[in-house]
Amino acid sequence: MLEKALTGSKKYWAWIIFLLAVIAVGFMAYLKQFSYGLGLTGMSRDVSWGLYIAQFTFLVGVAASAVMLVTPYYLHDFKKFGKMVIFGEFLAVSAVIMCILFIFVDVGQPMRILNVLLYPQLHSVMFYDMCVLCGYLAINIIVGWTSLGAERKGIHPPKWVKFLVYLSVPWAFSIHTVTAFLYAGLPGRHFWLTAIMAARFLASAFAAGPSLLILLLLIVRKVSKFDPDPPGVGAIQSLVKIIRYAMIANVFFYICEVFTAFYSSIPGEMHAFKYVFVGLDGHASLVPFMWTATFLAFLGILLLVFPTRKNKVLLPIALLAIFFANWIDKGVVLIIAGFVPNSFERVTEYFPTSNEISIVLGVYAIGFLILTILYKVAISVREEKAQ
Amino acid sequence: MSINRRQFLRRAGIVTALGLGGSFAITGLRGKVVEAAGEAGYKTSENALEAKHWAMVVDMSKFKSEDDFKRVTESCVSIHNIPDFGNPKDEIKWIWEDDYEHTFSGGDNEYLTESFKELPFTVMCNHCENPPCVKACPTGATFKRPDGIVDMDYHRCIGCRFCMGACPFGARSFNYRDPRPFIKKTNPDFPTRTPGVVEKCTFCVERLAKGQMPACVEASNGGLIFGDLDDPNSEVRKIVSSKFTIRRKTDLGTQPSVYYLVGGEDHA
Repeated sequence: MLEKALTGSKKYWAWIIFLLAVIAVGFMAYLKQFSYGLGLTGMSRDVSWGLYIAQFTFLVGVAASAVMLVTPYYLHDFKKFGKMVIFGEFLAVSAVIMCILFIFVDVGQPMRILNVLLYPQLHSVMFYDMCVLCGYLAINIIVGWTSLGAERKGIHPPKWVKFLVYLSVPWAFSIHTVTAFLYAGLPGRHFWLTAIMAARFLASAFAAGPSLLILLLLIVRKVSKFDPDPPGVGAIQSLVKIIRYAMIANVFFYICEVFTAFYSSIPGEMHAFKYVFVGLDGHASLVPFMWTATFLAFLGILLLVFPTRKNKVLLPIALLAIFFANWIDKGVVLIIAGFVPNSFERVTEYFPTSNEISIVLGVYAIGFLILTILYKVAISVREEKAQ
Repeated sequence: MSINRRQFLRRAGIVTALGLGGSFAITGLRGKVVEAAGEAGYKTSENALEAKHWAMVVDMSKFKSEDDFKRVTESCVSIHNIPDFGNPKDEIKWIWEDDYEHTFSGGDNEYLTESFKELPFTVMCNHCENPPCVKACPTGATFKRPDGIVDMDYHRCIGCRFCMGACPFGARSFNYRDPRPFIKKTNPDFPTRTPGVVEKCTFCVERLAKGQMPACVEASNGGLIFGDLDDPNSEVRKIVSSKFTIRRKTDLGTQPSVYYLVGGEDHA
């Protein structure tokens, strides 16, 4: 089936070449980092994780969100999602691959990364995170590819696929829960040490992931003859409802955090929130980000609550707002602010370097390349069947 | 599906044989591994200093001048090949000084005079009894030894920096770049590090193995007292049990092994 990705329009090839160019720039930047060390990034002794780990965290959520299509379709026999499930699974595949790459570019000794397997430490959450991520990648590749292959031949997928599908449901929850546990179990990092971290992660994931998926499907609809949500089906609007409730839950959880911190008035609980919303000790680099995220979150919710969600122009705006609100919250602020103030209650700020940003863009480009190829194959199969 | 008696016995026999054989194989293998470890001959020196729980008391009354701090820090820097990059971003430090207000953050007393708030303290890895860094490490590159010391294996560390996020004391440093050109004078008896690994104070395990006290203890003129907390007759135990000492962030339950003796002119 892969050969279908080798034929395409001029626009398709222009997009592929653009992605390859971004990947090339990112790769050069990585080589530089590989030879010099992580000192080329903005990370420091105090803020020892930065954009890489933040992207990893955010993308685990995007990957997990495929379950919001899989569960209704397979478990509740919600047929509307029939044409969209494969796109959710392929989005998960590319998201998990990006996650793994972001971990890879973040470690100081990438050649030793297999030490995690050679000397597995059962008390380290990172070991479990690696297990669940690799497992989730395998499940989604196998399920997606086999189902698509069966569809192409016009037969039902083999029975064992169904088993993997059911397995993927708890598995999706597990990847984001375990990722939240990476942070939520660390003593002395007040911003992360919260019991609802995993719940927050899942809520934000189920808002941001499907938002991205719908935006992608709107593009698919534009650039191909295949319509993932033909008139009268209303699959997108059903998914919009899921996004809406997930985002409301996410904002609610966040408000719970703010309440606990400020009503209890425990300094350590309040510091990081002060840092991101009003600044701490004269340092306020994340303040504009956090207020933008807050504005976008409420804008997105309002647009999806009211019938504006059915408007062709406003829907993408709402989805973009929700996607970027979550990206700022999880893909920028959460990780960095976790290190502020540091263990000595001093503020050290973090600013990513251009080399670091090039690597981030390069990894995203690899993800989009994989996504493009997988989507191209899926769309071609569907177009072929429609003829 | 039904099976007759003969088939049942045959299958039962096979399963038993497999089970017994497997267990023999595993026990045999384990024996071999143990032997191999013995043959490699990792013997500690006869005069090595040993303990069940190494701990340190920092007697603040002995740290009076800037020179008292400098002497201690520099003894560590020169022995452990710690580089000086001249910037706080890449900084590597094992033992250093910070003020009271920040070292014991959380217990703010707003009426405390500036001179108290700015009182310098010596800080280092606390060698916690429940070290969060060890729990976090995905490769076992940082581990707790039976004598309570939290040690590092620079060759196994993958540089994920999970331990730095986990440590509530900011005790860990990462080699953000090649440290070798920035070492003032290389000590050939201690390894230099590669870029991309984490490091920290190890209570001088390499010196203890040779029967020497940690470098900082030796340089401190009695300001740092080192010993076995498990031994009721040791000096550290006597101080910790009978004098007023404080530790950093005890509410987190990590049980630091570094105690600060405050306001005690004479110790036991």
